Amino acid sequence: MKNGPLALCFHALFVGFLALPLVMVMLVSLTAKSYLSLPTDGVSLRWYAAMLDNPQFIAAFKTSLLLGLSSACIAQLLAIPAAYALARMQFTGRQAIAAILMSPLLIPHLVLGVAFLQFFSQIGMRGGFVGLVLAHTVVVAPYAVRLMMSAYTGMDPSLERAARSLGASAWTAFVRITLPLAIPGVVSGWLMAFIHSFDETTMTVFLAAPSMTTLPVRIYLHIEETVDPLVAAVSSTLIVLAVVLMVILDKWFGLDRLLTGGGPKDDQ
Amino acid sequence: MCCTACVRPGAGYFLLAVLAPLLVAVVVRTLGWALVLGPTGPLSTALMALGIVQQPVSLLQTMSGVVIALVHVLVPFLVIAVWSSLQRFDPDTLRAAASLGGSDMSIFRRVVIPQVIPGALAGAVVVFSLSATAFATPAIVGGRRLKVVATSTYEEFLGNMNWQLGSALAVLLLVVNILVVIGASRLVEKKFAHVFE
Repeated sequence: MKNGPLALCFHALFVGFLALPLVMVMLVSLTAKSYLSLPTDGVSLRWYAAMLDNPQFIAAFKTSLLLGLSSACIAQLLAIPAAYALARMQFTGRQAIAAILMSPLLIPHLVLGVAFLQFFSQIGMRGGFVGLVLAHTVVVAPYAVRLMMSAYTGMDPSLERAARSLGASAWTAFVRITLPLAIPGVVSGWLMAFIHSFDETTMTVFLAAPSMTTLPVRIYLHIEETVDPLVAAVSSTLIVLAVVLMVILDKWFGLDRLLTGGGPKDDQ
Repeated sequence: MCCTACVRPGAGYFLLAVLAPLLVAVVVRTLGWALVLGPTGPLSTALMALGIVQQPVSLLQTMSGVVIALVHVLVPFLVIAVWSSLQRFDPDTLRAAASLGGSDMSIFRRVVIPQVIPGALAGAVVVFSLSATAFATPAIVGGRRLKVVATSTYEEFLGNMNWQLGSALAVLLLVVNILVVIGASRLVEKKFAHVFE
């Protein structure tokens, strides 16, 4: 099938629709005025300077970064052995464990947020960083497990058997053969976990204490009070970071395979 | 829309453009819509310049505004669903249809669409669930005037400190959501059982 002019027109409109709000945020962030407006008379970076001077946004950015790093690492540490068992072994309760590991995908984040809030305040952990890490690990683990499973099922299991038949212990065969082959899956699973943790708002808005918020929650609370060029500057920074990340991810993994859950390019 | 994306080389850029917003935080994308749809935004300016409206219009705090923003936030999920059902699609059927004299339009309507429908419906169920439980987008675009369950729950929990009512709302949303999702998936699977095999 060929793309007719009509189809191309539709594509252009669709991409325009997708880009419009992002372009708008970036334009507004460049204004020189002290209120929301397009930079019609002169471009200024004053709001970016204001952003760097704002301790709240900087602290929230650091919290988000640390939270994403820790929850993605913990999720990946759980996912590497769990996905191996699910992908390679047959045992009773296999289906049930797979369902439990994937269940956070099916439960609305609103409900998770409400549930974690009540649970944490019962055990006296409300508002702490540890609670945030735990909750985020639960939410992002399914992405890590899914990509690890596709990494394990995508490789040739006879390589591991060959290592075993040559006298390697099960542990050695896993560490020296299987895990290195699964590295693309490890990296992409970790990245998906990090991206989802960094973006999570709905659940975190219930769990974050005013003194310790993540960046999306900080942005939300700021917008709730006032929409100014400052929050547009923060948002544009995130858009630029996302574009950089996108280029890198597409080069290394193929963004389509990563986001559609197909796993890294190598298992084709 | 998406079928062209997988058959033609180079159309991968379109897929990239559609998927890229997934990497941008939902609050950021919603802020963009709040700027576009607001009374001083480009939408209002364009409508006034075209003479369609005389006064500045704002879609903030309206259902239409929330729906537009949610479509933007969630459309990549539907594209992914349709795209992955097209991945399983055998391009030979297109050639067969063309060699039997089908026009582009009738091939699209009678060969492509029927195979895509189940994927699209499955994607639609996911999008329904995600929009019904969305928080940030209705909270930012809908504001205080347009309430959804998620924003009401938030207010009961962190504004009014009425945790019982808040929990009841959240549980109600969970139950209704599960019922709709399971019901719709069953319906789709039953109706299109042959495609999923």
